[in-house]
Amino acid sequence: MNLIAAINRVFYILTRRLDGPLMVTIIVLAAISLTVVFSASGGDTFDRAAGQLRNFCVALVVMWIVANMSPLMLMRLAIPVFLVGLALLIGVAVFGETRNNARRWLNVGMAVIQPSEIMKIAMPLLLAWYFHKREEGLRLADYAIAGLLLVVPSALVMRQPDLGTAILIFSAGFFVIFLAGISWKILIAAAVAAGAAIPFIWPFLHDYQKQRVYTLLDPTTDPLGAGYHIIQSTIAIGSGGLLGKGWLAGSQAQLDFIPERSTDFIFAVYGEEFGLVGGLLLLALYLVIIGRGLMIAMNASTTFSRLLSGAVTLSFFTYAFVNMGMVTGILPVVGVPLPLMSYGGTAILSLFIGIGILMSVSTHKQLVAT
Amino acid sequence: MIGTIIRNRELEINVFRSRALFAGLVILIAFSAVAARLVYLQVIKRDHYHTLAEANRISLLPVVPNRGLILDRHNEVLAANYSAYTLEVMPSRVKNLDAMLEELNAIVEIQPRDKRRFKRLLEESKNFESLPIRNRLTEEEVARFAVNRYRFPGFEIRPRLFRNYPQGDVASHALGYIGRINDADLKRIEDADLSSNYRGTDHIGKLGIEGSYENELHGNTGTEQMEIDAGGRAMRSLATTAPVAGNNLTLTLDIKLQKVAEQLFGEGRGSIVAIEPATGEILALVSKPGFDPNLFVDGIDPQNWDLLNTSADRPLLNRALRGAYPPGSTLKPFLALSALESGKRTTQQSISDPGVFRLPGVAHYWNDDKPGGHGVVDMHKSIVISCDTYYYQLASETDIDDTAKFLRSLGFGTKTGIDIDGELEGILPSKQWKSNRFAKATSEARKWYVGDSISAGIGQGYNSFTPLQLAHATATIANDGVAMRPRLVRQITDAATGKIKSTAEADVNKATPLALKTENVAFIKAAMAAVTKDGTGARAFANAGYTSAGKTGTAQVYGVKRGEKYVAGRVTEKLRDHAWYIAYAPADKPTIALAVMVENGGFGGAAAAPIARAILDFYLLGKKPDITKIKPPENESDSRD
Repeated sequence: MNLIAAINRVFYILTRRLDGPLMVTIIVLAAISLTVVFSASGGDTFDRAAGQLRNFCVALVVMWIVANMSPLMLMRLAIPVFLVGLALLIGVAVFGETRNNARRWLNVGMAVIQPSEIMKIAMPLLLAWYFHKREEGLRLADYAIAGLLLVVPSALVMRQPDLGTAILIFSAGFFVIFLAGISWKILIAAAVAAGAAIPFIWPFLHDYQKQRVYTLLDPTTDPLGAGYHIIQSTIAIGSGGLLGKGWLAGSQAQLDFIPERSTDFIFAVYGEEFGLVGGLLLLALYLVIIGRGLMIAMNASTTFSRLLSGAVTLSFFTYAFVNMGMVTGILPVVGVPLPLMSYGGTAILSLFIGIGILMSVSTHKQLVAT
Repeated sequence: MIGTIIRNRELEINVFRSRALFAGLVILIAFSAVAARLVYLQVIKRDHYHTLAEANRISLLPVVPNRGLILDRHNEVLAANYSAYTLEVMPSRVKNLDAMLEELNAIVEIQPRDKRRFKRLLEESKNFESLPIRNRLTEEEVARFAVNRYRFPGFEIRPRLFRNYPQGDVASHALGYIGRINDADLKRIEDADLSSNYRGTDHIGKLGIEGSYENELHGNTGTEQMEIDAGGRAMRSLATTAPVAGNNLTLTLDIKLQKVAEQLFGEGRGSIVAIEPATGEILALVSKPGFDPNLFVDGIDPQNWDLLNTSADRPLLNRALRGAYPPGSTLKPFLALSALESGKRTTQQSISDPGVFRLPGVAHYWNDDKPGGHGVVDMHKSIVISCDTYYYQLASETDIDDTAKFLRSLGFGTKTGIDIDGELEGILPSKQWKSNRFAKATSEARKWYVGDSISAGIGQGYNSFTPLQLAHATATIANDGVAMRPRLVRQITDAATGKIKSTAEADVNKATPLALKTENVAFIKAAMAAVTKDGTGARAFANAGYTSAGKTGTAQVYGVKRGEKYVAGRVTEKLRDHAWYIAYAPADKPTIALAVMVENGGFGGAAAAPIARAILDFYLLGKKPDITKIKPPENESDSRD
């Protein structure tokens, strides 16, 4: 009897901070991810799939830890995490390692890390904290300061250059400001100003970034160069048809026609082998996470937890949309992985931290409310 | 204060909720856009993308058929194929070709000559073609490359079939050769709508049998459906349509006879065409000097090409078909037959030959080759001793156009219709021909003069015929006036079914019986037979052991001035007379007719007739010739015929 009670107790401690719907959905997604990564790595070696499984396991532990931290504790971490992240970003700009023509990595002795990944979480964390502190009536100046906190790290990341991550950091911060209630007038004015600025910014873009825009507008202009990715991925998805060619049976995937097929372009492999049905299932699973996230945010008891969980949820959507838009050819090619699907430890870790935050918010509200 | 905070909080929550709902709406719209895109790609355009994916995946590789073999009439191999390894490269798949070739050189020797040839191919090639860079790799090189293959993406070792001519330069002008397809060939292939059948084929017959029977020899290209990956590497074969090998050709040539005939020329220049009179089958087609067709198979290197092209002996000229020479006295039997057929002469009519021929009122006179003349000469004797004066007189009394019309019926001045391309028509002079030939000259120069007729009357003047034409006309006489189209291919063996198609059956209809009186032909044949007994061919055919008929000829290259005596030693070799001999044997029932032409050989009876004798000895008696005895003794005879 005692044993059963002990087991029950352990089970309770393990699961009390977890959110059921989110948990089920990410496990299903992880299973799909392992299946597709296995296929994308040729279907004859378990190296990548096993690596991905390990990524999920590590991320799951971190997620559990984050879920067990109260929003209050998260709030206390906001400033230190942001400052560390910012310092590291500046460190990258000064001492960073250059790989593939991009200065994104920093050698911190034990490991080589990519500080921009930290900013993906640090940014909404800090801005949510900032608006939480200013909750008695927000003035224009508050938005201006928030804007500054948003722009500096984003600009640093963009300079590396890493457009995809810069967009994700910027949008995560932007979602906080948006959800905090910045007036539509300011938003529209900023959007118009940004639009007007494009001709001035354009000359400062990198050639490869310009090329990506050109390529989006007409991929066939460069079928063997930049357009090759998009052409081959749309062929893969299109040829998958309604039900797909079957697991391990996608010719585009198995014969190497899809570039980056286990990372950024994994959706092409998935679309080819599992068809429209598979694609719609994935969209539905993402909608479950997003819907659940927004629900948690709307029911959150403090400004901080509300803004943070809302921004994390919308960031998750941004990941998914930018990637699927890119792979299906409706958005330009920016290096954004498909959430919880693409092979890669860092991305999965930051996503799971996000989900951990959602779970923390959803399971700690009574505590904070009292 | 608390109240306002709560109100603020409620307000804030309301703002948040409306913003979140707005965001939710945007999310739904965005995901709908993705879903719509998926429906568009995967449902509406699915077939389109399916086709593209299949095109990515499947590559139709041509499987080149084996080229048909060429055999002689006794199934001796004249052209065959052998398999050897070739190192090939797809230039489109290699980034830095020069650096790669450098690196490759350590494994498979690439000589500068290979590089030059490859550069030339590269310039001529279409984009995605695989080009040979080194042919005939050794086993060791193949093994070395196989180990290092991963270092050279785009490079591949392939077994390829190469053409081989085991007889070397023997019968080279009849066989022709194959060479790499050039732009002109490509255009011809496209015009004939054969492009798909030539995918993967990079050699084509250029000349002779190889050129003219290309359609029979090539065969049908098969296809192999290969699954390839993005790197172009073949993963597995999906389906194969087997190629159909080219048809084998059995020639009419007797390669042993051909070899003997070629040997008889030594280093000299000239031509022999030997024909089976009853069928038109060409037993030997010699044009010396020849060339080694093997040189052309891999693409001839510039050195050898220059050698062949610039040689004064012109080894690439097919003298049998494309060398036109004045026939000299070999034309006399045909001219005599013409006179009999037209009624200009009877066999009994005779002339008195004083050694010179004069026309009333013309200062110019024509010498017979024998000073003092041959005395009383009738038609029989005119052929046997080759009396010029007899033919001067005959020509002076005959309209050249009538002569031309008759000679044309025997194939002079027209194509014989031999089954390989390139034969010349030669020149059969007539009034019309001269007027056309000198179209730009004065009307005086375009007019036909009786003097023109007299020169033409002994096979000189404007007359110019190929050895093939002479042999064909001789064969027609030997075949009692039935002209058989000369041909080189006897049988075509269908490679797929093994069915043998005889060209003879189709060709029986090509036999053209000329409207000649039997007694006239018989008379000419008797006179030609007498040539070898009592006439200009008697010395060469002494103790032959078989009967034969023939006629000597000595064709002037160098115009001998009036009153001047031609002495062979006095003129340079290139201006020396061409020696001719036409013959058939056995005289009563001929199985072979031939024309021998020795370029600048001198006297027909001395230079050409012994060659004809040696050939007939070999063909009829199986006697191998003693080559040392054949070399004509210079200045031995003072008679030009």
